[in-house]
Amino acid sequence: MRMSVQRLKELFFKGSLGLTIISVFLGFLVGALVLLVAGFNPVEAYWAILKGIFSKPKYMAYVIIYSTPLIITGLSVAFALRTGLFNIGAEGQYVVGAIVAATAGYFFHLPMGLHIIVCILLAAFAAALWGGIAGLIKAKFGVHEVISTIMLNWIAFYLSNWTITLKAFGKQGTGKSFIIQETARIDLFGQWKITEPGLEFIRSHPFLGDILKTPVNIGIIIAILLAILMWYTLNKTTLGYELRAVGYNPHAAEYGGINVKKSIITSMFISGGLAGTAGALQVMGVSHRIAKLAVMEGYGFDGIAVSLIGNNTGAGSVLGGMLFGALKYGGSKIQDAINAPTEVINIMVGTIILFIAMPSLIRLLLEFKKDK
Amino acid sequence: METLLGDLGFIIGTTLMYSTPLIFTALGGVITERSGVVNIGLEGMMYFGAFVGAAAAYFFQDPWVGFICAGLGGGLLGLIHAIACVSFSAEQIVSGIAINFLGPGAALFISRMLFDGATQTLSIPNKIPLPLNFLFGEGKMFASSGFMDLVFNRFATVYIAFFMVFLVWFVLYKTKIGMRVQAVGENPEAANTLGINVTKIRYGAVILSGFFAGLGGAALSIAVVSRFSNTLISGHGFIALAAMIFGKWKPQGALLACLLFGAAKGLEIFLGAKGVPVPGDILAMLPYILTIVILVGVVGKTTPPAAIGKIFNKGDH
Repeated sequence: MRMSVQRLKELFFKGSLGLTIISVFLGFLVGALVLLVAGFNPVEAYWAILKGIFSKPKYMAYVIIYSTPLIITGLSVAFALRTGLFNIGAEGQYVVGAIVAATAGYFFHLPMGLHIIVCILLAAFAAALWGGIAGLIKAKFGVHEVISTIMLNWIAFYLSNWTITLKAFGKQGTGKSFIIQETARIDLFGQWKITEPGLEFIRSHPFLGDILKTPVNIGIIIAILLAILMWYTLNKTTLGYELRAVGYNPHAAEYGGINVKKSIITSMFISGGLAGTAGALQVMGVSHRIAKLAVMEGYGFDGIAVSLIGNNTGAGSVLGGMLFGALKYGGSKIQDAINAPTEVINIMVGTIILFIAMPSLIRLLLEFKKDK
Repeated sequence: METLLGDLGFIIGTTLMYSTPLIFTALGGVITERSGVVNIGLEGMMYFGAFVGAAAAYFFQDPWVGFICAGLGGGLLGLIHAIACVSFSAEQIVSGIAINFLGPGAALFISRMLFDGATQTLSIPNKIPLPLNFLFGEGKMFASSGFMDLVFNRFATVYIAFFMVFLVWFVLYKTKIGMRVQAVGENPEAANTLGINVTKIRYGAVILSGFFAGLGGAALSIAVVSRFSNTLISGHGFIALAAMIFGKWKPQGALLACLLFGAAKGLEIFLGAKGVPVPGDILAMLPYILTIVILVGVVGKTTPPAAIGKIFNKGDH
């Protein structure tokens, strides 16, 4: 028993779990201080966020809907980071996935089920190629993936806006693409919801009905399956072992007979595919189309935060994504509740990441406490 | 001939205007990375600077006060990055990502507090002046809207940016302090042995990079346009970062890269104004495609400062 407490302590103080928990705590603390300085009551603000997350089934459903793309872009970034690559390009890969899902969802006419699978696979494949470009030019020409993916993000951004201007794909002048076919949607009971019995059900079942009012979809299940798949691939397969070896020490991996260049391309390919799946699921489950982007939507950049909060693991990304999704959705409520700027959430997330970046500072704080 | 010259003047002029914010920010990137600290947070620093600049220009009714405040605002975020990276051995890219959440978060938070819940400032009363008009009177130096007027009668920030390129080049290559910065970026252990204070140099460089990024943001918010809004920066900081690498970590190289990006924007605006049926989105993509092509063909083999991103702990040596 004493041994296990010792081990827990070890994990908390030396490992990453304690670091993450303390960083999150400090993020909330700094958020509270910012609110206090700005003249708001932080307790009221956090209470409004909590109420905004948990007080209605509808809210909780929205948190899950908000979290789904963040979990998957988090997985995308985490997968690359575990293999030694920094995929800033999840943003663009997400956009490519969204474009392809919207196109395949609108133009193809396939039976229910098959259409969904075709859309997701095509979107993931296209985004994987998009990510793979960055991997390829790193492997072949030594161009750093951070730079190439920044460029690829913007190319994807303008590509998306361009497709909408095409007559066959977008309503002219509206800045929106046509709505995807019903067979390509992943909403739960999407069609039935608007029929008479469906509306009757929503009226007579307050709890489930409330949830059905949101664009609730099967995306979260896919997200969790992908997290498990990522864990399995990285930890239980030869491929995962090789990729991690390259991430840990490319020179040693090369010496050990691993093809480092091929690993870099493979890793960016898989990472891109994950981010593209996030974009596809968002189109198929929530927006049902793509629209003109004025600024980057930020799903990929948020994914970096999710991955870091989750210590670049599958399970961590699920939890990090839920935390971030909850903060994003709940945080939007404090504007109405106490008129405080919702951007305090960005400050909190930034602070959390800043502390996660400084394990030595956190250790110093812990040492200081122990000495006392 | 007359219109051709006029068109050319328009394109060059717009190119200069849109390059300027990038030049300031890319110079910031050069300074910090030459000292060995990666700064991916330029975007957040630029964003914050754009807001602080516009807000100060609005409240003090003076664009120059706004310009300086923008630099200080960016420098403040630079200080945070420096504390994390230099004093606490932070993972530099991760700290930069944090800055990219903090900068926009803080800008929009304060904007909502000061401007009645809006994520944009009110229009500033005076933009950064056009020095030729200021010195000689409007249309006195060159005929209005002639070639010379379109090219040379530009915001003061444009001239300052070009001067800064020279200044940073001069300091980096021709002065003792510049040599020290380079030494710290190439081999901090050796620099330390020679008695150079690595910590101090890196703190200075990182804070200065924030200062420059802040100026870059203001060059947009109080010169190109006359207010800050939440969509104003949207990626300019990342483009400046790319321009810096494109320019091989040199001030003069970064300048050329920024001019290239600016020219793409200038051409896009020109063709749009002329009603040329080239899709604007495709045109907007070109500089990024070109950058990748050039990186693959030429720049891929260049190497960044040797000690870039490496953590330096004095105690270890």
